[in-house]
Amino acid sequence: MPEQVMLITGSGKGIGKYLAEYYSAKGYRVIGCSRSEVDFKLDNYRHFCLDVSDEKKVKEMFAEINRSFGRLDILVNNAGIASMNHVLLTPLETVHKILNTNVVGTFLFCREAAKLMRKNKSGRIVNFATVATPLKLEGEAIYASSKAAVVSLTEVLARELAQFGITVNAVGPTPVKTDLIRSVPPQKIEDLIRRQAIPRLGEFRDISNVIDFFIRPESDFVTGAVIYLGGV
Amino acid sequence: MILKEQLISVIYQAIDEVNAVLPPDQQLEKSIHTVLFGESGKLDSLGLVNMIVTTEQKIEENFGIAITLADEKAMSQRNSPFRTVESLAEYIPQLITERQHA
Ligand SMILES: NC(=O)c1ccc[n+]([C@@H]2O[C@H](COP(=O)([O-])OP(=O)(O)OC[C@H]3O[C@@H](n4cnc5c(N)ncnc54)[C@H](OP(=O)(O)O)[C@@H]3O)[C@@H](O)[C@H]2O)c1
Repeated sequence: MPEQVMLITGSGKGIGKYLAEYYSAKGYRVIGCSRSEVDFKLDNYRHFCLDVSDEKKVKEMFAEINRSFGRLDILVNNAGIASMNHVLLTPLETVHKILNTNVVGTFLFCREAAKLMRKNKSGRIVNFATVATPLKLEGEAIYASSKAAVVSLTEVLARELAQFGITVNAVGPTPVKTDLIRSVPPQKIEDLIRRQAIPRLGEFRDISNVIDFFIRPESDFVTGAVIYLGGV
Repeated sequence: MILKEQLISVIYQAIDEVNAVLPPDQQLEKSIHTVLFGESGKLDSLGLVNMIVTTEQKIEENFGIAITLADEKAMSQRNSPFRTVESLAEYIPQLITERQHA
């Protein structure tokens, strides 16, 4: 089997950085991106600095991937931002930022990745949902809605891209200790965790476990699925 | 400056690639008048998607320019730029110019 090429968005820190380390250690050729430069070095890893909603930059990166590797096997749409705020105190600017990164970015990467994956008649796309959507978390209206959009995108693209041999699925993590939830009050996190079937914080490995399942060759009949962790 | 002839030859490359996966009765002819989209065209909707995306990739491979052929303007024009090989070849330079000024 030729070397598998995997693209992970938002790989600068948090879950994305862990995934880049995890999959490069497993022998994947990993390409990552984030707006800022990264402070780490990894074997088989190449970083691009871009905003996932910048169409021109994103297209240039895909052109470069095509030139360098001629293929893309797996896309992990991990880049995402959140903001805790009561709806009455949510600035429109915040709304645009969240939708741009979470929805527009995910869309753009799915579209460009599918163009490349199409060539091999196979591909795996894994998007990022969140338990904030099914739990209808107060204070997360825009974040939860943006991820609801990601779920719809996952379900519809699963159908549109099936004819190219591409599966599209999503993983919905529970709270995991990263910068994303740093500003959420501990009590809020406690309350949230208590609503899970299994009340504990999520670990990075919980997420890679679901991704491993989605991307394995045997999962070619698994598409349009959203797996929420922790029994939400 | 990319010439119309160069673009037509790139579109022909895309036709070759698309023909490779099309059934014999849907093969596209390499002519500037070949209809890609519309009533008299042979391509079904998936065939058209393939043709447009393959052309986009051929442009990138040949000229090193990454453009999106299916932009909003193209999708909303009454006279679709995807109608024939010739209309497509005439549309692409506009996109490249816009991209350079973006
Ligand atoms: N942590 C949790 O509790 C939790 C729970 C459920 C779901 N999730 C989801 O998991 C994913 C990863 O979250 P995380 O906790 O790892 O977040 P994080 O620690 O804040 O990391 C986010 C990464 O995405 C990058 N990024 C953000 N906006 C970007 C943009 N517009 N363009 C390019 N890169 C961008 C960031 O780098 P730059 O800032 O340098 O761009 C960073 O590398 C997100 O989709 C999130 O919604 C997380």
